[in-house]
Amino acid sequence: MNRDKGMRKDFFFDPSNSPVVDKVGVEERVSRFQKRSIKKESKLQGLKMILNMIDLTTLEGKDTEGKVKQMCFKAKHLHDSYPGLPTVAAVCVYPSMVKTAKLAVRGSGVKVASVSTAFPSGQAPLEVKLTDTKFAVESGADEIDMVISRGRFLKGDYNFVYDEIAAIKNACGKARLKVILETGELVTLDDVRKASDIAIHAGADFIKTSTGKISPAATLQVTYTMLEAIRDYYDETGIMIGMKPAGGISNSKLALHNLVMVKEVLGSMWLSNEWFRFGASSLANDVLMQILKTETGIYQSGDYFSID
Amino acid sequence: MERLEVLKTYKIYIGGKFPRTESGRYYTPENKKGEQLGNICLASRKDVRNAVVAARKAFGGWAERSAFNRSQILYRIAEMLEGRKAQFIDELIFQGVSHKEANSEVEMSIDRLIYYAGWCDKINQVMGSVNPVSSSHFNFSVTEPTGVVGVVPDGSSSLIGLISLVAPVIASGNTCVVLSSEAMPLCSITFAEALATSDVPGGVVNILTGMRNEMLQPLATHMDVNAMAYAGNKTEEIKMLDESSALNLKRINKYQENWMNRDMQDLYFITDFCEVKTTWHPIENIGGATSNY
Amino acid sequence: MAKEKNISWDYSPAPENTSHVKVKERYELYIDGKFVKPESAKYFDTVSPSTGKKLASIAYGNEKDVDKAVKAARNAYVNIWSKMSGAERGKYIYRIARLMQERARELSVIESMDSGKAIRESRDVDVPLACNHFFYYAGWADKLEYAFPNRKVESLGVAGQIIPWNFPILMAAWKIAPALATGNTIVIKPAETTPLTAMKLAEIIHDSGLPAGVVNVVTGYGDTGAAIVNHNDVDKIAFTGSTGVGKIIQKAIAGTKKKATLELGGKSANIILEDAPLDQAVEGIINGIFFNQGHVCCAGSRLLVQESVADKVIRKLKRRMETLVVGDPLDKNTDVGAINSKEQLDIIKKYVSIGLEEGATMHQISCNIPKNGYFFAPTIFTDVAQSSTIVKEEIFGPVLTVQTFRTVDEAIQKANNSEYGLAAGVWTDKGSRIFNLTTKLNAGVIWANTYNKFDPASPFGGYKESGFGREGGLHGLNAYVKLR
Repeated sequence: MNRDKGMRKDFFFDPSNSPVVDKVGVEERVSRFQKRSIKKESKLQGLKMILNMIDLTTLEGKDTEGKVKQMCFKAKHLHDSYPGLPTVAAVCVYPSMVKTAKLAVRGSGVKVASVSTAFPSGQAPLEVKLTDTKFAVESGADEIDMVISRGRFLKGDYNFVYDEIAAIKNACGKARLKVILETGELVTLDDVRKASDIAIHAGADFIKTSTGKISPAATLQVTYTMLEAIRDYYDETGIMIGMKPAGGISNSKLALHNLVMVKEVLGSMWLSNEWFRFGASSLANDVLMQILKTETGIYQSGDYFSID
Repeated sequence: MERLEVLKTYKIYIGGKFPRTESGRYYTPENKKGEQLGNICLASRKDVRNAVVAARKAFGGWAERSAFNRSQILYRIAEMLEGRKAQFIDELIFQGVSHKEANSEVEMSIDRLIYYAGWCDKINQVMGSVNPVSSSHFNFSVTEPTGVVGVVPDGSSSLIGLISLVAPVIASGNTCVVLSSEAMPLCSITFAEALATSDVPGGVVNILTGMRNEMLQPLATHMDVNAMAYAGNKTEEIKMLDESSALNLKRINKYQENWMNRDMQDLYFITDFCEVKTTWHPIENIGGATSNY
Repeated sequence: MAKEKNISWDYSPAPENTSHVKVKERYELYIDGKFVKPESAKYFDTVSPSTGKKLASIAYGNEKDVDKAVKAARNAYVNIWSKMSGAERGKYIYRIARLMQERARELSVIESMDSGKAIRESRDVDVPLACNHFFYYAGWADKLEYAFPNRKVESLGVAGQIIPWNFPILMAAWKIAPALATGNTIVIKPAETTPLTAMKLAEIIHDSGLPAGVVNVVTGYGDTGAAIVNHNDVDKIAFTGSTGVGKIIQKAIAGTKKKATLELGGKSANIILEDAPLDQAVEGIINGIFFNQGHVCCAGSRLLVQESVADKVIRKLKRRMETLVVGDPLDKNTDVGAINSKEQLDIIKKYVSIGLEEGATMHQISCNIPKNGYFFAPTIFTDVAQSSTIVKEEIFGPVLTVQTFRTVDEAIQKANNSEYGLAAGVWTDKGSRIFNLTTKLNAGVIWANTYNKFDPASPFGGYKESGFGREGGLHGLNAYVKLR
């Protein structure tokens, strides 16, 4: 795969050429995904995939090393009484917690993702954002979740947004870059699509819907629109871009519908945590309960599944 | 010395022009007194064909005129008739109508044109609709003209029967081919002359004189005629019209009205020659903003 | 590209539960409020097109049965229905709507069994729309004077209604609801391949307590329909079906007093302009032609796509087609069910072979098509011209032709260059362009940036050889009234 590390040379990219999106049409398409009935074996397989795609997340002002360590333990041991379960894909923390997390997940295969660039608002100078990013990378982050400058985007300053992403990508080194669009602030699907195109062309390895701090977050409509952007880019270049819906996906059914959407829009190639992630904190337990229910036929209680 | 009167040559009206029939034939109808009305063109099947071609050619332009513009043009026709009132009355009398009846027939014809002139830009306000569908779509229906209409007045009048059908037909944007009264053709041609000077684009109304039994069948079976306006009660003709509808799903509208009745005019004569078109478009509903902000 | 591995994740079968559905072994005619044996003593089989297995025996109504039904309808018209107030009529129609809603799932399942259509569609489209149609027209029954300003409204009398097999219960609703609301009584004949939901509806109507003879259901074949068309005491013929049969009916009633509305075939153009929301347009193409296996009179069977985006659209379309699930109509994941009958399957196959003979390029989806029953893979043809047979003639199956155009004018000309004029689709982001196209296209229904949407409030019907009269909405009342 010939991808430039850092700034990609997409000379012909022009965000004003981004396709328009009809929201009502998207809603209809999405309702078709939601009508897929996922039962039995396909449900069990889907649920296990979902677990393995989760970025277990804590992004709070009150986060401490203690909290992060406990979450990392959960990441490795989702539900030990049920053998054969995968681990989650990654834990997602603030830069200050990367070192702690890295140590806590060592040897488990679980990656450490760090938000950066003055998360969640992104209202800081580029220098600060670069420093933030470099700090996270140097602390051992495998993945960087940056936010775009939504204010500049809505102002029409697309070049600024593009250049900023490219600069951060440069600072990421070997870490994979997820670009958070914060679609709840962009509002229209046309802008979601345009921001997706900018992020992809500027060097994103993943595009991600939301910080989790703004509602609405990862609606199916938004995720679908972003998947189509990934699809079109793949058609043009043969390069795969990952997708991470984050925020608001708290139950198995919604997560399964996300998988259906990935399968039908992008294809099965994307059905691994290499290319698809869920940013969620409470999803894992619901999935675990569903797995147990599917296997045993008995409805489960939250008391039997560890929190965080 | 008395001046020698100049006699009028009556010709057919196709595409805004006054050709003689391609067949070169003529007939000489007589009034009740046995006086010859004139040498009237005996139009042929080919004239019917030419008239339909002219009507089809004129259709797009006429239908796409603004309704307001069509309204003005219909009003202009009425103005032209008013100016030729004396001529129409003379012709009616010559064709055997009493002076009093002739006068009221012409006045009724003029008033009827004005009535329909006023409808042009109101048809869709009354007959159109915005349909409240359950999904997030804007949905509305409008009436559109059907296309080329064959107009067959019952032939018992020279002017009012023709006006009563032509006016509602063209008000919505249809074009037409009219078969004038076999026995009393004079007013139809004078009407054509009024049309030619009243801003009606050529081809919107085409008028043929001649034998109804010769022209009706080629007109009714013509695959490019979309509808028929038929006044009369001849069983054979009605059956033939209905059967011809099986060729191309022609819309057949049959009337047996007394056109001299002042009330024999309304919107439904217009919509008989209209199609309903319904259009859907999605309505985007974004974010939390509602109209009660 | 080491990471590009395919994970296989397929949907397990998710069959709709059929245990609550009761299909009797035999269905009689519904005449004068009673379920009666046919005069002919003959029965025919209705089969499930997805399995080929018999579902039930259906009474074969003949001329005598039709006569009995018409007499019952006339009697009910004269003595009861025409005397009843609009408000009371409306209440009966509301009651039918409610009873249908209560039995909605059962109706959907039977519809899918008998017609082959996917349960997702019968459950989410056909049956709810059918219920809603009754609801909508129920409300009109006592408000007719508002629909026809300046005129007095009268009912026609006995309406003979002949409905097709592509939307059996929905078409029954489209016919019955407005006819009842306007005060007519009914003799209706469902299609021979799909009589079951009509008989279920007869049961519902019976349960509703609607006076005997107001609605009569006579099952049978074409000759049964002909007996209705030719019956002297029928005032109105409402037919939905092929243009060929529509013309025969028109001829048969020539010179009579019978009023007719005909909802016939189509070859509707779906026009994609270069500035369209392409992914949604692709969805519209899919909805346009593969909805109900393409057994849709208004199917967007002619795709017209602007050359500048043609490759992209076709690529996206082919990929989207690959995600269609073809198979068991009762599986909740099925997108494309069974072709309605062997006869229809043969017609589709015939057109496909004509397409190939005429040099068109065929593309079909790669998924497995069930071996038993009547199925046909979603198919598109490129390299076709306006003069190709498959571009000109209605196929009534999941077969799309793809033509390109360069300018808007060319698109309009190609779209209108057809004897039909039922529907059209237009896809563009520019509002003023939408109105240019929607105004100039000769079609009764125009979907702009959407396709195959239906609603009881929305009039439906065609221009030119697609028939005359409208069904649905205020304009749909016109088919069943005379104005004084």
